[in-house]
Formats: sequence, structure tokens, C-alpha cells
Amino acid sequence: MNALSIKGLHKRYQSGLEALKSITLDVSEGEFFGLLGPNGAGKTTTIGIITSLVTKTDGKIKVFGIDIDEDFSSAKRQIGVVPQEFNFSIFERVEDIVCQQAGYYGIGRQQAQQNCEKYLRQLGLWEKRHTTARELSGGMKRRLMIARGLVHEPRLLILDEPTAGVDVELRRGMWDFLEELNRSGRTIILTTHYLEEAEKLCSRIAIIADGRIIENATKRDLLKKLDKETFVLDVKGEDLQISPMDQVSFIPLDETTLEVTITKGQSLNRVFEHLGSQGIEVDSMRNKTNRLEEIFMEMVE
Amino acid sequence: MTRESLVCFYTIARRETTRIFRIWVQTLVPPVITMTLYFIVFGSFIGSQLSGIKGFEYMAFIAPGLIMMSIITNSYTNTVSSFFSTKFQKNIEEMLVSPTPNWVIVMGFVSGGVVRGLSVGLLVSLVSLFFIRLPMYSFIYTAVFAFLTSFVFALAGMINGIFAKKFDDISIIPTFVITPLTYLGGVFYSISLLPDFWQMVSKANPIIYMIDGFRFGFLGISDMRVASGLGMLLFFAVVLFSINLYLLKKGIGIRS
Repeated sequence: MNALSIKGLHKRYQSGLEALKSITLDVSEGEFFGLLGPNGAGKTTTIGIITSLVTKTDGKIKVFGIDIDEDFSSAKRQIGVVPQEFNFSIFERVEDIVCQQAGYYGIGRQQAQQNCEKYLRQLGLWEKRHTTARELSGGMKRRLMIARGLVHEPRLLILDEPTAGVDVELRRGMWDFLEELNRSGRTIILTTHYLEEAEKLCSRIAIIADGRIIENATKRDLLKKLDKETFVLDVKGEDLQISPMDQVSFIPLDETTLEVTITKGQSLNRVFEHLGSQGIEVDSMRNKTNRLEEIFMEMVE
Repeated sequence: MTRESLVCFYTIARRETTRIFRIWVQTLVPPVITMTLYFIVFGSFIGSQLSGIKGFEYMAFIAPGLIMMSIITNSYTNTVSSFFSTKFQKNIEEMLVSPTPNWVIVMGFVSGGVVRGLSVGLLVSLVSLFFIRLPMYSFIYTAVFAFLTSFVFALAGMINGIFAKKFDDISIIPTFVITPLTYLGGVFYSISLLPDFWQMVSKANPIIYMIDGFRFGFLGISDMRVASGLGMLLFFAVVLFSINLYLLKKGIGIRS
């Protein structure tokens, strides 16, 4: 079954801006789905329509088979959302914010408190439950919104750039948490600017640009499209002006670093031999950039 | 009403009530101080120099009006400011993404307005006891008028909150409409003392019926037919509630 099915979604704002031209997208149950795209591409508008914050101009949306035009209430029960911008009252306490959210879904006080404790503990916020939201750090506020999005135990969790402004250590902790959620059966849709994040977490990725889906494939298929790879080599040698080589390019970055781009399928041994023949010794090597980032840049440019 | 709707309503009502008592210095104390000053200045200082109205001393006549004035102002202010700040901080989205029905959202916010209006009304009534022993002709009339008036003004405040785009917008109606209509609504005088023409004009002011009916509950005297006041309040309650529902359904000011 599809957790989410979008057909011909179109949105024109009153200002005349056509944010979505025609979005068609299916997300299978249990998938970890990445929605990527530059700023203003339509990611947040799409999420807004799914969660009823934005009204659609045209198109159909089904959540676990429930048409939102026919029974939005039932569809909403299946969805948890973690928005991009902080949208809680900064004057309320952490515990109240999460418990109230459960209440809005009709969950009784006792059950709400149990769910609240479960997710605040999992997200490392239990000790802060009596703190007002304005006193939390940026990372804590993000985690508070995740706990709030989960408190009614939705089957589909939608996260709109959940790790924006979060430090590296905390981001990795959030990745582990989201992977665990996905393993336990929840479908997750993630929009992100960090392509490393999408590459690490998502099994399927769609790229949206200018209100249209321009790519929708499994991560593996997407990465196959990449026909070049770039490595950064730490080297020792007198002169890094390397003589040209077929299907390989060399760019010296400084006196001891060399950037090498090779076409897929070329042997690295050939490269090392070529460098060795010119008196260059390779100490270490690493991938230069995130692979997905290269595809992304190619597609949206 | 399903059990789930009841939980949603309780959640919003609880949140609204907690807010009122959390910021009691802003919500409960100022109206009590203002009304105490009214009692001192108009009731004691000036009132003692005046002859009574309809057989009651001036203080007894204005006390119900002053209590009602605080109920009207606080019911309205509470919903307009709470709903606007919920919009401003975007936490209205917490409710919008959930299956909470629109009528429950309206009732939840309005219950906050009613709680604040009646709490302030009760506090002002207690303060009035320092100045005068108010008679109680009919507790039922007093309670029904107090409740319905706070309900109607809380609904009106919610409409203002839905349309408000900036902080200035939440004070325009209270300053330019509600305050003048309340002052001219028979708080300080009986409209039977006015010339015929101004009596006619006054009858177009709905607040006059509310204050008059509330005063009837205490003193057993009225300028208008009390039933007209009740009918008008019920009419406004239905109309304003429907307008709120329509605005939320259309997503005015809350959905793009």
C-alpha cells in the first residue's frame, strides 16, 4: 500500500505565484523517502497541502488510501509533521506542548502523558519537561518538534528540514533516531538541504525543481547515473603539474594535494601508475564531495 | 459530541485557562484596579452627591454596569489577544494539522474568553462589596446575562483575532467600538433620563440591553424588556458562532 499518493497536485497562490505545476508522487509504506530541491522549489508547499496548512488548487492526495477531500480527519490521524520553522508557543512548557498536541488528536490525558514521556525520553528532553520552550537551545527545539510530531503515533512522519541549524553530533544522533523509527515500521518523508543526510537515510529520492518532480528513483539508481567520481589525494612529489591522461583529469590544489576526476569504470591502478611514473607518491586518498550533491547540481542547474 | 471532540475541547479550554491564570498580573489584576477606581471616584466621591436612580442609591445603580463592563471588555480582549498570539507564534498550526473540528477550536478559544470575563466579573463583584451591599433580585437572570454576554463578546473577539494581521489590529475595535458603546450603554445612567431622541438612538446599542438585563438580575428594575435582551444575546451568539465557523472553514487568516 502507498503511504502517500499524490496525483497532479497544483498550487497557485493568490499572489499569482504558481508554486506547484504538477506533482505526481507515490511513497510506499515503510519507505524512507527524501524530497530534495532548491529553495522555493515547492517542497514546503507540498507538505503544507498534505497537512492542510495550504489549500490546493487542483490534484488528488491519498494518505494510506484515504482521500483527503473525502475524509481529511482520518487522513490527518495518520500523519505527524515536523515543520521547518518553530511553531510552538515559546511561553509554554515542553511537556504541555507535547501533551496538548496529543489532546488535539483526541488522545486522553493519561495516554497523552505516557506517549509524551516516551518520546521526550527517546529524544533526550525528559529532564527539560518543565522548562518553557523559549529557554531551550536550537537543537532542543528541533527535537521538541519531533516529539510533538510523534506523540499521536502517526504511521507517516513528515520532516521538513529537521536538522537545519543543528550541530554535527546532534545531527548524527537524530539520524540514528530516525533510522530506528523507520526500522520500526514508520514511513518517513524528509526534505533536506544536506544531501549527505538524504544519501545516508533515504531509500528513495525525488528531486523537485520549479514546482515539478524532475527525478524520482531509488538512491541506488540515482547514484548509478553519476558517471564521474572525484578524489582528493595527499601526495609527495616535486612537481604536481601532471601530464594529461585519457578520461582522467588532474588539478593540483596546493603543493601536497591533488584533485583527480575519473570517468566511472576506469581503473584506479592506471592512475596510480601514471602518478608513480612522474615521481609522485600517494599517501592517502578520500572522496571529494558527496556523490548525490553532484547529481543534484547537474539536475537543477 | 464524540469523546475525541470532548478531549480536543478540554485540551484547548485547559490551555486557554492556564494562560489566563499564568499571566494573572496582565489578565486579572488591571481590570480589578480600574473598576476599584470607578467605584471610588464615581460611586463614593461623586455618587454620594447625587440623588439615587429608580429608588436605588447611585452606587447600587452603577455597580452592575461596571461589573458588566469588565465582563464585556475582558471576554473580548482574551479571545482576540490569545487567538492572535497563537496565529503570530504559528502554534495555531498545531490545531490545524490535527483532526480537531473547527467548531471545537471556536468553542475552546471562546471558553477562555468566558472564563476570563466571568473571573474578572466575580472579582469586581467582590470588590463592590467593600462599597455597597448589592441586592440580588434573581441570581438566574444575573448568571444567564453574565454568561451569554461573555460568550457573545468572546465570539466577537475571535472574529477580530482571525482578521488581525498585526498587533494594532487587536485594539482598534475595543477602542473605537466597544468602549464607546459600553460607556453609552447605560452603565452610569438610566436611559429613561435621556431626551426622547437620544433614548431612540440608545435603543440601537445592543450593549444597553445586556447591561440592563444584568442590572435587572441584581435590582429587579429595567429600562427595556428583559426578554428582548435575552433574545438579542441568543441571536448574536448564533450569528457570531456561524461567522467564526465560516471563517475557519474558509481558512481566512490561517491557511494560505
